[in-house]
Amino acid sequence: MKTYYLPSHEYIRTDGTKGFIGITDYAQKALGNIVYVDMPEQGDDVAAGEEFGAVESVKAASDLYSPVSGVVTEVNEALVDNPRLLNEDPVGNWIIQVELSDPSELEGLMDEEAYLASLK
Amino acid sequence: MENIKETPLHSRHVALGAQMSPFAGYDMPIQYKGIVEEHNAVRNACGVFDVSHMGEVTVRGAEAEMFVNRIFTNDVSSIPEGKIAYGMMCHPHGGVVDDLLVYKYSRNEYLLVINAANIAKDVAWIKANAAGFAVEVVDVSDSFAQIAVQGPGAEAVMAEVLGLSYPDMAFYTFEETDTYGERLIVSRTGYTGEDGFELYGSPALICALWDKLIASGKAEPCGLGCRDTLRFEVGLPLYGDELSDDITPLEAGLGIFVKFDKEGGFIGRKALEKMKEDGVPRKLVGLEIGDRAIARHGYEVLDAEGNLIGHITTGYRGISVDKSIAAALIESPFAAKGTEVQVKIRRKCFPATVTAKKFYKKSYKA
Repeated sequence: MKTYYLPSHEYIRTDGTKGFIGITDYAQKALGNIVYVDMPEQGDDVAAGEEFGAVESVKAASDLYSPVSGVVTEVNEALVDNPRLLNEDPVGNWIIQVELSDPSELEGLMDEEAYLASLK
Repeated sequence: MENIKETPLHSRHVALGAQMSPFAGYDMPIQYKGIVEEHNAVRNACGVFDVSHMGEVTVRGAEAEMFVNRIFTNDVSSIPEGKIAYGMMCHPHGGVVDDLLVYKYSRNEYLLVINAANIAKDVAWIKANAAGFAVEVVDVSDSFAQIAVQGPGAEAVMAEVLGLSYPDMAFYTFEETDTYGERLIVSRTGYTGEDGFELYGSPALICALWDKLIASGKAEPCGLGCRDTLRFEVGLPLYGDELSDDITPLEAGLGIFVKFDKEGGFIGRKALEKMKEDGVPRKLVGLEIGDRAIARHGYEVLDAEGNLIGHITTGYRGISVDKSIAAALIESPFAAKGTEVQVKIRRKCFPATVTAKKFYKKSYKA
């Protein structure tokens, strides 16, 4: 498993065929208290660089962008009633699982080193 | 935005680790510890806000009272000196130029406190309308800094930490004091739905008072984030959300601050009278969303059949009220409490119920 990042602070942890998509620790800190997660449904398509849902903090709604294209195989139902899980452990609490349709898209993403450097 | 301004307390916010963001042309603290913690501090104890971005305008002269009454919907001739009136300035068509507080020093001297985002517009409008009146209008915004000490503990914190003891001061009144050797305005007002005070003084003095409050540990530094959640829960309007050049006080449910019968009338009266006679076309209501989803400013409100009937003005996951709640300006036929409507939140529509726009009870000093 390797983790890749978007500049908009979503990550995908993936083995190249399946992936877990969520938001980074930096994102949850910047958002503050998360009060709602708007997620797609199982079976929905997601597209690289396009919006697939939103996280709402007290302040505002922030769109979620998918790092890759593919099909949603699972959504994290625990976030429906307990969105604060994203504040507590954003890496353990992924938002959706996807089946990648084009693993070559991963090459265009930042790796951990590049992402952490981008935060400086 | 060009030329973002800083308040005199700016470096203190940065040193406290505040999340800063431009608001109304100023780089302002949005939160320090977090909106929820700060919100609860004000509801349960005491918080202090930097509100130095607010604008202040003095109106002085032999015809000050007549002039202020001409540009202001409320009646300042009927209130005593030392009293504060809330109301609006309206365009001739009835839309709101700004909502403001008017401090009455005497029939010949008033202080107007206006929204930061509207300072340039308001000052130009006030001056344009002052032609022919024996008044002098001066924008004194830059000579004042301002903090708000808010919450059920505010009275005690002001007395203990600042030596400013005002147990008998009534809500919406003010006094000047020279306790600190210079002019300080102490006003029992606020924008949180809680008891509290607003202090206006020179930048140096207000910085010194802020430092005392923070050092005491008895007043939580609070940002504009919780200022908005606090005012929204108790149904107080924010210009730009619930009020605008195109929204009238009647639509916003602020008719009690419009004195149609006062001597001499006021700018916008004719249009507002006509609207009252013909029926107010839109009304500001509360909405309770039947889901965790949150309706934000600008989102569409639909009737049960899916027809557009209005827009959300403000929406949050309530903090003191643990529900998804919103204010919305909608067509009057749908404004009765209990009416079932829908809110479009991104791709989906969620059912919502019309409620009062006050979700939490105010606790003002009698």
